[in-house]
Amino acid sequence: MEILLFDKIFLIVIVFAVSLVIALYSTLAERKVSAFLQDRIGPNRAGTFGLLQPVADGVKFFFKEDIIPSHADKALYILGPSISMITALMTSAVIPWGTYITFSGRQVAMQIADINIGILYVFAVVSIGVYGIMIGGWGSNNKFSLLGALRASSQMISYEIAMGLSIISIVMMTGSMSLGEIVSQQHGMDWNIFYQPVGFLIFCTCAFAECNRTPFDLPECEAELVGGYHTEYSSMKLGLYLFSEYINIFISSAIMSAMFFGGYNFPFMDQIASPNLVSIIGVFVFFAKIIFFIFFFMWVRWTIPRFRYDQLMKLGWKYLIPLALANIVITGTVMLIKYQFFN
Amino acid sequence: MQLLTNRSKVVVNKEMTLMEKLYIPAIFGGMMITIKHLFRKKVTIQYPEQKREFSKVYRGKHILKRDEQGRENCTACGLCAVSCPAEAITMVAAERKKGEEHLYREEKYAANYEINMLRCIFCGLCEEACPKDAIYLTEELMPANYDRSNFIYGKDKLVQPLGTSAHPKTYKPYTK
Repeated sequence: MEILLFDKIFLIVIVFAVSLVIALYSTLAERKVSAFLQDRIGPNRAGTFGLLQPVADGVKFFFKEDIIPSHADKALYILGPSISMITALMTSAVIPWGTYITFSGRQVAMQIADINIGILYVFAVVSIGVYGIMIGGWGSNNKFSLLGALRASSQMISYEIAMGLSIISIVMMTGSMSLGEIVSQQHGMDWNIFYQPVGFLIFCTCAFAECNRTPFDLPECEAELVGGYHTEYSSMKLGLYLFSEYINIFISSAIMSAMFFGGYNFPFMDQIASPNLVSIIGVFVFFAKIIFFIFFFMWVRWTIPRFRYDQLMKLGWKYLIPLALANIVITGTVMLIKYQFFN
Repeated sequence: MQLLTNRSKVVVNKEMTLMEKLYIPAIFGGMMITIKHLFRKKVTIQYPEQKREFSKVYRGKHILKRDEQGRENCTACGLCAVSCPAEAITMVAAERKKGEEHLYREEKYAANYEINMLRCIFCGLCEEACPKDAIYLTEELMPANYDRSNFIYGKDKLVQPLGTSAHPKTYKPYTK
């Protein structure tokens, strides 16, 4: 029991550190990708290729004056970014990073907690994340913050429905809500994307909306809302908000690659004899998929302009939710036919 | 109306077709365009290490030339001041004394020659007006300063330093 606990704590620390480092370097990657897509070079003065830029940014955030506006609700004002950050980091608990590593006679699972409602847990935690933005925007006691917070909450609530519905068809196919189970069923090249392309499209769109990314970055659109919900924030509190967005991108990418792109599974994994080697390659494959999706998030951001607010709501309620429902019905029908006639 | 080019398009506010309403083909097309830019040559000039090459006819800071023997060309005729549309140039003329022949080429010279660089528009008309090949606009940039009074350049900043050589007809900065 004690050894198991030690394993888990070790894994938690690693996952924590990795998600923070990836989020840290996502900020640099975002600037580099945006620069490259616009024929520029991007930050390259702090360290080689600007590798020290995120560190410099972090130090700058900490040394800035931390202003709490006199008219703001102090407790809520501090609570907002904390909730955002905590929920963003909590989601990674159920993601299966790899299969098992066997050493000195023990099997160590590379997943912090394989709970049987894994995907529900992710949804629950992500929806608490909305409170971070709502509370922060409300507590700032500022028109722009409040409008940003309102937009954020209505956007996230409406997109969460479509997102949940798009997952149901996967859950129907797998027969399990455990992320570990969902990933292990996509053995080799048997990925869910080949069965649920529409589901993936809906999930991906909703993930963009959940992460407040362009083309759905209305809560923080600079054009009409100054800074949206974080208008009044400064110093590391602002840093936490911006940082939690990048952690959310990382987690969304991880969930997208786990749910639809086979997670740690890769083709020809049965040809490798050593299970430990398969497991380690699997982790790298998983991270390669995650990094591709992070790049995809940035690629979309620097290509597509922002939606108008009514377009956003129309897309969510009138197109994505019916599409997701139809996807469930079709998946169910096909499964039933398969069960009746081909078994 | 006679169209000058064939690039204009008639804008029609028509209903979008189903394919257009899906947005996905358009989004995909846009993403293909941006990904192409990822591999393009970057246009950035890394400034302090790498400098943009100026045009051959760039007009920068002025210089008052000396001749081959190191004597000042300027005779304070005032044509540059007359031609100056911004009225940036002022000068005080003086007569060359005995024993100053190695300093000034002709009997008259500018004892005081000032260009107000805040007024100057770098049009180069002084250069065109000068009958004595005395004033030229070089490729040098005008440095910034904290004080307006420092922008009035006197002879100390304008006259070509002794011992330097540059062809008067080139715009290249003179080298020491």
